[in-house]
Amino acid sequence: MENHGHHDSHGSHEHHGHHDEHHHEESFVSKYIFSMDHKTISRQFLITAVIMATFAMIMSMLFRLQLAWPNEHFGFINWILGDKWGKDGILEPGMYMALVTIHGTVMVFMVLTGGLSGTFSNLLIPYQIGARDMASGFLNMLSYWFFFLSSAIMMASFFIETGPASGGWTVYPPLSALPQAMDGSKLGMTFWLLSMTAFIVSSLLGGLNYIITIINMRTKGMSMTRMPLTIWAFFVTAILGVLSFPVLLSAALLLIFDRSFGTSFYLSDIYIGGQALEQTGGSPILYQHLFWFLGHPEVYIIILPALGLTSEIISVNARKPIFGYRAMIGSIMAIGFLSFIVWGHHMFITGMNPFLGSVFVFTTLLIAIPSAVKAFNYITTLWKGNIRFTPGMLFAIGLVSTFISGGLTGIILADSALDIPIHDTYFVVAHFHIVMGVSAILGMLAGVYHWYPKMFLRHMNKKLGYVHFWLTFISAYGVFFPMHFLGLAGVPRRYYSNTAFPMFDNLVDINVLITCFAILGGLAQIIFLFNFFYSMFRGPKSVQNPWHSNTLEWTTPMANTHGNWPGALPVVHRWPYDYSKPGKDEDYVPQTVPLAEGEVDGGGHH
Amino acid sequence: MIKFLVYVAIILTVLAVGYLVRVFELASSLKGKRSEEITEKDNRMMSRIMLTFVVAFFLFVIWQLKSYGWRTLPEAASIHGKELDWLFNFNMGILWFVFVLTHILLFYFAYKYYGRKDNRATYFPHDNRLEMIWTVIPAIVLAVIVIYGIKTWNHITDVADPKSQVIELYAKQFDWTARYAGADNTLGASNYKLITSTNDLGMDSTSSTGSDDIVVKNELHIVVNKEVEFKFRSRDVIHSAYFPHFRAQMNCVPGMTTMLHFTPTITTAEMRQKPEVIAQMAGINAVRKARGDKPEEFNYILLCNKICGNSHYNMQMTVIVETQAEYDKWLATKKPFFDKGAAAPSEKQAGSDKGTTETKDDMARDSIKLGNGDKEEMESRK
Repeated sequence: MENHGHHDSHGSHEHHGHHDEHHHEESFVSKYIFSMDHKTISRQFLITAVIMATFAMIMSMLFRLQLAWPNEHFGFINWILGDKWGKDGILEPGMYMALVTIHGTVMVFMVLTGGLSGTFSNLLIPYQIGARDMASGFLNMLSYWFFFLSSAIMMASFFIETGPASGGWTVYPPLSALPQAMDGSKLGMTFWLLSMTAFIVSSLLGGLNYIITIINMRTKGMSMTRMPLTIWAFFVTAILGVLSFPVLLSAALLLIFDRSFGTSFYLSDIYIGGQALEQTGGSPILYQHLFWFLGHPEVYIIILPALGLTSEIISVNARKPIFGYRAMIGSIMAIGFLSFIVWGHHMFITGMNPFLGSVFVFTTLLIAIPSAVKAFNYITTLWKGNIRFTPGMLFAIGLVSTFISGGLTGIILADSALDIPIHDTYFVVAHFHIVMGVSAILGMLAGVYHWYPKMFLRHMNKKLGYVHFWLTFISAYGVFFPMHFLGLAGVPRRYYSNTAFPMFDNLVDINVLITCFAILGGLAQIIFLFNFFYSMFRGPKSVQNPWHSNTLEWTTPMANTHGNWPGALPVVHRWPYDYSKPGKDEDYVPQTVPLAEGEVDGGGHH
Repeated sequence: MIKFLVYVAIILTVLAVGYLVRVFELASSLKGKRSEEITEKDNRMMSRIMLTFVVAFFLFVIWQLKSYGWRTLPEAASIHGKELDWLFNFNMGILWFVFVLTHILLFYFAYKYYGRKDNRATYFPHDNRLEMIWTVIPAIVLAVIVIYGIKTWNHITDVADPKSQVIELYAKQFDWTARYAGADNTLGASNYKLITSTNDLGMDSTSSTGSDDIVVKNELHIVVNKEVEFKFRSRDVIHSAYFPHFRAQMNCVPGMTTMLHFTPTITTAEMRQKPEVIAQMAGINAVRKARGDKPEEFNYILLCNKICGNSHYNMQMTVIVETQAEYDKWLATKKPFFDKGAAAPSEKQAGSDKGTTETKDDMARDSIKLGNGDKEEMESRK
């Protein structure tokens, strides 16, 4: 898979003062396990994320079976969960909530943050800006291993007697602060907090690295406005992460204190388990502010990299510049900035001051504008293109569709008045799954298919890729579109069963349809898993620049070279989007090609 | 035996797929092509599937609207609920338009501009005028949406009419208790430290305004066309009072009192006569009959809408909207909480608080009518 070359003998090495490893021998452990090479680390993130996604997806299958057929006995449920949580093949209510909780946590953090940012920022930042590696390979290595630790702790919580955390992925106190309230607030909740602490450390280490690398280590000629949109997206995402993850850590820390050290940050006036608790003066709403102060930027931390990847993939495969490069940069920055001042839209009916609610309505609807601009720009990039439908391109187009569909229902939810009857119903579940669960995953998969040749020197099978895409895309809409109607019928989220309310009895067929599509979608991922692992060893070998792309990662040699370019670093002369430029022989002009006499660089002012 | 066969089948399928992939690759190389190369034929096929998809997708959406649309919540039964439904439809009109337009363009372009050999894309890196158009127009539309939305929000969250009926809704794992503020329309003081097995709400007997407070479980009665102001408290964790038919919802937060007010406009009896409700109930009762459950009449409901523990999915209270006369008659059967005479015939004792740990017994709630399906669930867990 990976060739290690000794490159110490070239005299024209460009040292940026960071790397001194050109002369060392690497052991198996330092090369593959505690690697400090961004390419290896990106593969580690990807494989871990794919495994975690598989676990989280199986969890969703289990609770979807329960929702569609509440009284059926499923041998599968008993086989996976045993007699404690799946007696007679029926899912136990506490475990239902634990599955929902861990499904959400793993998908949002481990898969869509670790797997998107961790994989692609690591892979592409040094490559696309023309650097030999990240600013600190050591911190980068730690960033992966904290991610691994966090994943391990999260999954280990299934092996505790009282089970994993089960207060929803948002784990609001007092429910999550009081072990007496339910089993899922006992040791499992402690594991959740430990896992998230490790995860936050991982994110911060990674994010700092990405920012510093992008600012300091761009190669000659790579001005900020010649960077591919992927890098802009990763840059702003990293800034969001560095500013917001510490707030989640503070929320978690105060929760740990309330749970274990008798404090009252979130607790007041509580009577539970037959006793009146001592704590007074605290407010559960404080937690919600702290949580959502991360929680909202978090969803943009998830979607911005996916949007960045999509910009690149759509442009390369339409053989056209991404439409409105500067507007795209502007919208990334606007989305990044605005994402910090909208968190209250998750809290409209918490009982906070209504005036505050109005403020958040205003800021949230503002953020719709740059998002709309991006969607229109993607569509315009396709117009009069010469579209090559690689599997990656299909996924990128799928992202645009679901980003629009999911984003539009966000406009309803952003309106505090309209939020009142649909808050915490399946309307919300539909919204965030389509715009984040589907859209961002489609972006991640697009990135996997597109950069697979770079990561594994081979191609994934395209026919399996086509089948995977269409089954996934169709299943995704089949699962989540009907949920809007469930929400409008008043069905709350995080309900183990709808059978306790006659008013929901006539909605059973909707749940059955959703589950059937979910099972289809789940099976479709098996095709991907097979393709992904099989192609690593037996996929057709790639060439250096299989997609005829302009960006710098495709100018490195096929072997995974430590230091990326043997010899001098590339020099950049133009922006990355000279596809089908008039007057050129080829329909692409790599960034390293100097400008011709009188040629104007497309990324400049017009 | 079956399990074994299933495993074998899975393994063989995986192997078969692997071999098929190899066959495909070898066939490609025989044809002199690289198997991962995207051909014009691939592009054309994908472009056609793109177009087919968007048509099928729109048909699917229309089918869902027809099949599911009539099963969403019936006509709003409160004043602000009607405003909200109008606002929702107004917003959705705009959103449907954008959804349809963008999806037609996205998939049509994907169909029309599929990659052909000897074809070249048009170099069109930016157009400031276009960007301006599709920044300004959404901004204006969103501004309109914001203004309408905030106006409605301010109206809904404004202070309640001083003449509105004050009712406290007390949430705990896993039921609701209502406390009517009595003739003085003021709730008596309460303190969580006063909670005992006979004083669920921690009511303070020394409070002068509390002596006429009436505590009620199971059914919440409110008067049609009269504004009611709810004050919410919670004993243990965050719950949420969700009245879907009135388009009302508010979290119940331990340590503070939250509130919301609305005016119900349709009595339970009137609602039961509405054609759309009759149609929905017919559908519901057909499903219930097939399951072996007895038929139900329409009822307004209060349910918990914030995850609160293992029985979160079964924390409810029936809500009855009736005329002033019917309400007065009902209220006359209730005695104030601190009136220690014989309990009124229809009032149930405040239960002891066993609802705080996550036992399976929490499923047995007085006010819940469980169908056969649920009983079976309960049995299997004893």
